[in-house]
Amino acid sequence: MTTTTGATRATGPLAQASPTDGDGRPPTGTWSAGSLVLGSFAAVSLLTVVSLGLALPPTVEQHDFARLIAVHPPLAWAAYLSYGVTALASALYLVPRTRSRAWDRLAGASAEVGVVFTGLTLVTGSIWGRPTWGVWWTWDARLTLTALMFFLYLGYLALRRVPGDLHVRSKRAAIAALLAVVVVPVDHFAVEWWRTLHQGRSLAELTPSRNLDGDYITVMLLGFLAMTVVYAWLVLQRYRIERLVEEVGDEGLERAIAERRREAVGAEAR
Amino acid sequence: MWRDAALVAGKDLRIEARSRVATNQVAPFALMVLVLFAFALDPDRGVLRRAAPGLFWVAVLFSALLAIQRSFALESADGARDGLRLSGLDPAGIFLGKLGAVAAEVLALQVVLAAGVAVMFEARLHGIVLLATTCLVATAGLAAAGTIYGALAAGLRVRETLLPLLLLPVVAPVLLGATRAWEAALGLGIDDGWRWVQLLAVFAVLYLTFGVLAFGPLLEES
Amino acid sequence: MSYVLAGYGITLGVLAAYAGRLLVRGRALARSVPPATREDGPR
Repeated sequence: MTTTTGATRATGPLAQASPTDGDGRPPTGTWSAGSLVLGSFAAVSLLTVVSLGLALPPTVEQHDFARLIAVHPPLAWAAYLSYGVTALASALYLVPRTRSRAWDRLAGASAEVGVVFTGLTLVTGSIWGRPTWGVWWTWDARLTLTALMFFLYLGYLALRRVPGDLHVRSKRAAIAALLAVVVVPVDHFAVEWWRTLHQGRSLAELTPSRNLDGDYITVMLLGFLAMTVVYAWLVLQRYRIERLVEEVGDEGLERAIAERRREAVGAEAR
Repeated sequence: MWRDAALVAGKDLRIEARSRVATNQVAPFALMVLVLFAFALDPDRGVLRRAAPGLFWVAVLFSALLAIQRSFALESADGARDGLRLSGLDPAGIFLGKLGAVAAEVLALQVVLAAGVAVMFEARLHGIVLLATTCLVATAGLAAAGTIYGALAAGLRVRETLLPLLLLPVVAPVLLGATRAWEAALGLGIDDGWRWVQLLAVFAVLYLTFGVLAFGPLLEES
Repeated sequence: MSYVLAGYGITLGVLAAYAGRLLVRGRALARSVPPATREDGPR
C-alpha cells in the first residue's frame, strides 16, 4: 500500500522538527515484503518450538511442567533484549551527534514489546511455579525484581505518552530508560547475589532444576532463537506504527494551521 | 557547585519555613498513614510491632513523594523554572540543593514518624546507631532518585500521578533495604543490618552520581 | 500437563493478539496519512 503524492509538505519549523528518519523511504503503512517474511518466520519458529516442547519426554522429578522451559526463559531473554535495545537507542538519541527520531521511536517500540514479554514472563513463571513450589507467587529476589522491572517500564511508557513537545518528551524518556535498564543485569544475577545476602534461606530449592536432559536444553535454546525473531518482527511493526503516529501528528497540525489560515483569509474577505 | 547547592537548598527551605507545608500538611499526613495502618492491622496481636519497620518506611516513602512533588511545584509557577535555568547556577549545584532540601524535610519527617511508631506501635527503638545511619543513607538515596525523577516529571500536567508511578518502583530497593536494616536493629530480623546499609549506600551513590552528571541536560529544556 | 498447555496457550495467545493489534493499528494509521503526504517518493 504505497502513499500517493499530493500536497507539498510545509517547510519551516515542522520540517526541522523531524530530522532524518534513517531509512529515507516514504511510509507504506506497516506492510512490506521483508516484514511479511520475517513475521512468517517468527510465527513458524515459535510454533515449532512449542511443538518440540510438547514432544519432549517428561523428566523424572518435574513431571511435565519442565516443558515450560520452551517459553519461560525465552520470554525472559526477549524482555532483557528489549530493554537493552531501548537503553542503547535512548543513549544514541541523547548524544547530539547521533540524535535521530529513529532512535527515539525504536526505544519506545522496544520498551512496549519488552513490557509484553515481561508480563508473559511473570505469568508463565507463575504457572511454572504453582506445580513446582505449590504457590502462584513468592517474594524471592528474581520474581520481585522481575515484577519491579515490569512496573519500571510501565512508568517509562506512561512518560512517553505525556503530551507536549516531542523532543522534550523523548529526552526525558531516554534518561528514564537509561536509569531503568540497571534493573536488567541485577535481575539476571539476582539468584547468585542474593544467596550471599540471605544466608538463612536456601534459594536452590526455589529455582527450577537446571539438571535437565540435553533435549530440554536444546529446546530452550531454540526457544531463545525463536523469541528473538518474534521480538524483531514485533519491534519492526511497532516502530513503523510510531513513525506513522508522528506523521499523522505532524499532519494534523499542518491541516489545522492551513484551516486557520483559510479562516483568517475568509474573514478578511468578508 | 556547593555554593549554588547551598543557595538553592536555602531557598527551598526558606520557602518551606514560610509556607509550612511540610509541618502543616505532610507530617499530619504521614502520621495519619500510621493511624490507618493501625486500623487495618490488628493492634492486639503484636502484628504492628513486628511490622513497624516496614510500616515506618512505607509512610516515609509516601511522605517523601509529597515532599518531592512540592519541591518541583515550587518552580512551576510564574516561570520560576526558566528563572532557575537562566540564573547561571551550576546544574549539579541545583540538583544537590533541591535534593538537600528534600532530604532535610524527609529526615525531619522521619523523626516525627519514629516517635509515632514508638508510641502507636509500641516498638522499642534500640540499636539507635543502626536506625539513624539507615535513615541517613536511605534518605540520601530517596532524595537523589526523587529529585531526578521529579525533574523528569516536572512541568507536566500529569505530574501528580506520573511521579509516583515512575518513582515507587525505582525506590522499592530502598524500602526493602531500609526495612531489613531496621528489623535487624530492632531485633526482628535475622539478617545483618549493616549489609543492607551497604546496599542503601550503593543505591545512594549511584543516584547521586547520576544526578550530578545528568541534571544539566535534564534542566535544559522547558 | 494442563499447566504446560495453559502456559503455551497464554504465550501464543497474547503474542498473537498483540501482533494482531499492531497490524490493525498500522493499517488504520496508514490510511489516515495518504492525503497530505511527502512531496516526492524516496528521499
